[in-house]
Amino acid sequence: MTAPADVTAALQSKFPAATLRPSGDHPALNLPVAEARAALKYLRDEFAYDFLVDVTAIDNGVDVTPRFTVVWHVYSTSHHGYVRLAADCANDEAPVAPTVSDLWATANWHERETYDLFGIKFENHPDLRRILMWDGYPYHPLRKDFPLAGIQTPLPDLEVADLTKASVKPAPMMGGPFVASPGEINLTDAEPRAKDESWTERREKPASE
Amino acid sequence: MATEYAFPDNAAKTADAAAQEFQTEKMSLAMGPSHPSTHGVLRLQLELDGEIVTQCDPVLGYLHRGDEKIAENMTYNQFVPYTDRLDYLAPLANNVAYAIAVEKLANLKVPARCEAIRVICCELARISAHLLGLGAYGIDVGAWSVFLYSFEEREKLYKLFEELTGARFTTSYTRIGGVARDVPEGWNDRVGKFCDQFLPILEEILNLLTRNKIFTDRTQDVGVISREDAISYGLTGPNLRGSGVAFDLRKDKPYSGYEQYEFDVPVGTKGDCYDRYLCRGEEMRQSVRIVRQVLKNFPGGSFYAEDARKIFAPRKDKVLTSMEELINNFMIVTEGPQMPAGEVYFEAENPKGALGFFIVSKGGGVPYRMKIRSPSFCNLSILPKVCQGNLVSDVVSILGSLDFVMGECDR
Repeated sequence: MTAPADVTAALQSKFPAATLRPSGDHPALNLPVAEARAALKYLRDEFAYDFLVDVTAIDNGVDVTPRFTVVWHVYSTSHHGYVRLAADCANDEAPVAPTVSDLWATANWHERETYDLFGIKFENHPDLRRILMWDGYPYHPLRKDFPLAGIQTPLPDLEVADLTKASVKPAPMMGGPFVASPGEINLTDAEPRAKDESWTERREKPASE
Repeated sequence: MATEYAFPDNAAKTADAAAQEFQTEKMSLAMGPSHPSTHGVLRLQLELDGEIVTQCDPVLGYLHRGDEKIAENMTYNQFVPYTDRLDYLAPLANNVAYAIAVEKLANLKVPARCEAIRVICCELARISAHLLGLGAYGIDVGAWSVFLYSFEEREKLYKLFEELTGARFTTSYTRIGGVARDVPEGWNDRVGKFCDQFLPILEEILNLLTRNKIFTDRTQDVGVISREDAISYGLTGPNLRGSGVAFDLRKDKPYSGYEQYEFDVPVGTKGDCYDRYLCRGEEMRQSVRIVRQVLKNFPGGSFYAEDARKIFAPRKDKVLTSMEELINNFMIVTEGPQMPAGEVYFEAENPKGALGFFIVSKGGGVPYRMKIRSPSFCNLSILPKVCQGNLVSDVVSILGSLDFVMGECDR
């Protein structure tokens, strides 16, 4: 199968709610989250985008609505084109996205990872457990409100935690000095320095809620 | 009670028939995280019926360092050393993949000489990674001597890397818009010499395995992955090609000038462990072929993009003599190389498969979000399917043939 001349136009005629997404390279579309699964299936079956490269998410910021965007990349092993689809999750508190793990087996682990690091639940996923962090870990570390240094948490093995009274401590270089910020900012703000100075190695971080 | 899996071979069937007499309950076995054949800190939670695996659940995350979180908090150049630690058997290839991804974001074209240096880096890294893969695989299935030969060659490569980058292992060689330094005098000749002496030794190494009865018994028809499964599970690299899919990003989506070089993409026919091994062997020959072509027409000119004044830090002699360059250097070091806002996704054909970087930028010198699509992570996801119904000793063989690196898998 050859590459469709304009895959975005074809998708937009099939899914009228789809809008173009600014992209530096590949064709990219924004979709309502309910249509994402159908669109991916459509791409796979009609345009030979048979290889799911990646499923991931973007946290647009704590105060931004919609907060979470799920991003899919598909690739074609026959005509060598990529397409990027993105969908905003409706609920910022309990974000949900459809699973594609029945279309591509690789999505199983990608979605588990996205759930683990962002807390986005994939509906009908066969086995939505944490994959990189341990079971029972209370946070989703790639969210923007999670500090770089980490948060003090009990050891993965609660029995050992009880016995030893030990816990997982934040990283020693908490808050800096290698912390920089994205975006167009002035030099004073951008200079690498400790951003969160409410706590240091000597003074404990205030206990989390 | 009959078991519900398909028998991979007659040995397993006989073993099972004998086991029916001693019907006991299934056993749970944790293989790893510290086990020689899991090549790092992978844990396989196996459910065993006698010697036969009825269920396999990989447990990851023992080497999770939060590289993606770290990337959101430092400038683009500062992240280069972290890419060394993804696939730590081929750091140079990771450096190159990352640099090209960011350059794509900046819409920056690097000079031909820089591209040529990067191609040599990638291919030498591929040879070095596959040598380790084969050596370790040999040990896994009972062929010790391969390791000794392949590590001698790796040592020679390390010497070349050290001359080029100043480090044997964690090279951190690329910068956004170029490489850290030009090739040293006479280095190209030494790479050429290495290629000349390497090919006969490679044949010797492969001869130790290719027709080795023990090796073929352990690998042929073991861990067969069908073409459809391989695509569905997102396998890339030699693991996908071993299943007969000619997927090679150097051919399909050429980057860094790969379109100029002639090379073949080896594919397997059956998709078993042996085919994956054969693919790696042939890829090393093809890598030598590419390196020789690069050396033959090694371009002159600059090793970094000279027009990228806001991205590539100026040379030290200029920084120390010119006010403007000093300011420029200061800005690049503190604020980071200035990037436009946008999203890019770039994948490079690394030794283990397609290493991808999805970068979301809101401008400035720091990525807003960076997703690393690691080939080992995807390659491992097929383990539950492919291990089921095999003997425990075959799990070792399958693991070795998938040739994964946990540094990259867990990030």
